[in-house]
Amino acid sequence: MGDLRDLYQEVILEHSKHPRNFRALESANHQAEGFNPLCGDHFTVYVDVENGAIKDIGFQGTGCAISKASASMMTQNLKGKTTAEAEDMFTRFHALVTGKDLKADLGKLAVFAGVSEFPVRVKCASLAWHALHAALQGKQEAVSTE
Amino acid sequence: MSTAAKTRIVPAPPSTTTYDVQKVREDFPILRQMVHGKPLVYLDNAATTQKPEAVVRAMADYYHHDNSNVHRGVHLLSQRATESYEKSREVIQRFLNAASLSEVIFVRGTTEAINLVAQTYGRRNVGEGDEVVITAMEHHSNIVPWQMLCEEKHARLRVAPMNDRGELLMDDFAKLLGPKTRIVAVPHLSNALGTINPIREIVRLAHQHNVPVLVDGAQAAPRMRVDVQELGCDFYAVSGHKLYGPTGIGVLYGNAKLLEAMPPYQGGGDMIASVTFEKTIYNRLPYKFEAGTPDIAGAIGLGAAIEYLERLGVDNIEKHEHSLLEYATEQVSAIPGVQVIGTAKEKAGVLSFVMDGIHPHDVGTILDHEGIAIRTGHHCAQPVMQRFNLPATARASFGLYNTKEEVDALVTGIKRVSEVLA
Repeated sequence: MGDLRDLYQEVILEHSKHPRNFRALESANHQAEGFNPLCGDHFTVYVDVENGAIKDIGFQGTGCAISKASASMMTQNLKGKTTAEAEDMFTRFHALVTGKDLKADLGKLAVFAGVSEFPVRVKCASLAWHALHAALQGKQEAVSTE
Repeated sequence: MSTAAKTRIVPAPPSTTTYDVQKVREDFPILRQMVHGKPLVYLDNAATTQKPEAVVRAMADYYHHDNSNVHRGVHLLSQRATESYEKSREVIQRFLNAASLSEVIFVRGTTEAINLVAQTYGRRNVGEGDEVVITAMEHHSNIVPWQMLCEEKHARLRVAPMNDRGELLMDDFAKLLGPKTRIVAVPHLSNALGTINPIREIVRLAHQHNVPVLVDGAQAAPRMRVDVQELGCDFYAVSGHKLYGPTGIGVLYGNAKLLEAMPPYQGGGDMIASVTFEKTIYNRLPYKFEAGTPDIAGAIGLGAAIEYLERLGVDNIEKHEHSLLEYATEQVSAIPGVQVIGTAKEKAGVLSFVMDGIHPHDVGTILDHEGIAIRTGHHCAQPVMQRFNLPATARASFGLYNTKEEVDALVTGIKRVSEVLA
């Protein structure tokens, strides 16, 4: 198992304490819930999509430091991206946190590489992304990581 | 067929008078290991307990020497397997003080025991508009089987509330009982809060309405003396793996009168006396409820586990764990930013807590890094979490091999959590 500091990096802790875009979006035309029954983490991701691009994005809910920071940094990184780019980023993010591609091109999100050393926390890191994916797909039911 | 299920109380082995926890630890090889470079501190005993060498050996001995099917063969191995299997039933009868061997039914665990009662007694006796009473502190396994029953029968599930300490509100519980109540199901000891419920009083109130009581004893049986006749309950469910025995085996105690009147749970071999295509005559108790080849090795392991507990002395274990819980509660409550969840006057074994601004899952990961195994999450008791308006808690739960030094390690670990996440 990796070092705790690899998991709880400063930037991750900072985002978990002061999450960005931590709000419900009035203008959202896509939204979905993500739920991790194992630890009770529960987020709703709100997306305002216009002409195939993410105009605005927010989230609300409760979860551990990893899941909250991941949701916060996800929203920060996706504003202005196309939905295709967002889905592509999810794929790379998943490859990163599962350790399949630790060099994935993810910019600031690369701080989540430490998660790959903590297999039970992969679901925490990817929860908001699963919810985003469901929202973009127009799924109605809450997605579960189990 | 097997030997007669007659009442035969075998005397319990003498228990040790002093309790030497360091010596006890030697019986558990698994405890001698490092986790992330630190000595393992196993505080997840409410989830499952470790197995003493005696249990592992009893199961291995069975497979090495006696493996055979029970209740069938005329050959020697089958006789030995049957004897060992049935001897475990006697050990359990003595442990729970059941009035007869017919009242001891082997199942997969507490969950199956509760489902058995819901699907047999419940389906026969609960009808449209009837009510099933449970409590606000149930494990999911004592909610969902009743919910399924109520849905099928158009019956109503009533939930007795608890106070902020996690104690059952007995006046409200009493008011829920009435002419529509068909069964009451309660936990002896709450897995999420550690509350010990007043079973005798619950039984007294329910019996005033001629309502039977099922007790979920998964957490209590490993931690305190259980006497089903003294409690007066009609059903008592336990899991082997929480009793320092193997997984996959458990026991349903049932009052013989009720069991006689209940239809079988599953059909198959062993639960029959005779079969034709026209009609099947069911076997007598307890075999009526034991369809198919049972978990023979599991039952033997459970018997060995209970004999081990008896040798240590259930009262000694209770006293030891009580002092650990008291010490841990005092130490953990004193850490700034930590709040204990579940502060009932009568408690055992379980210390649930939350930390200001820190999610329990992060607590669990950091403690794991210190070699300390605890449970984090909703503990299969989501309604309990909702009652306290929490997404989850961290839970340390104690076993007969835990030490004061391990509590100290927990306290140091919790302080480390604050440092890492500061």
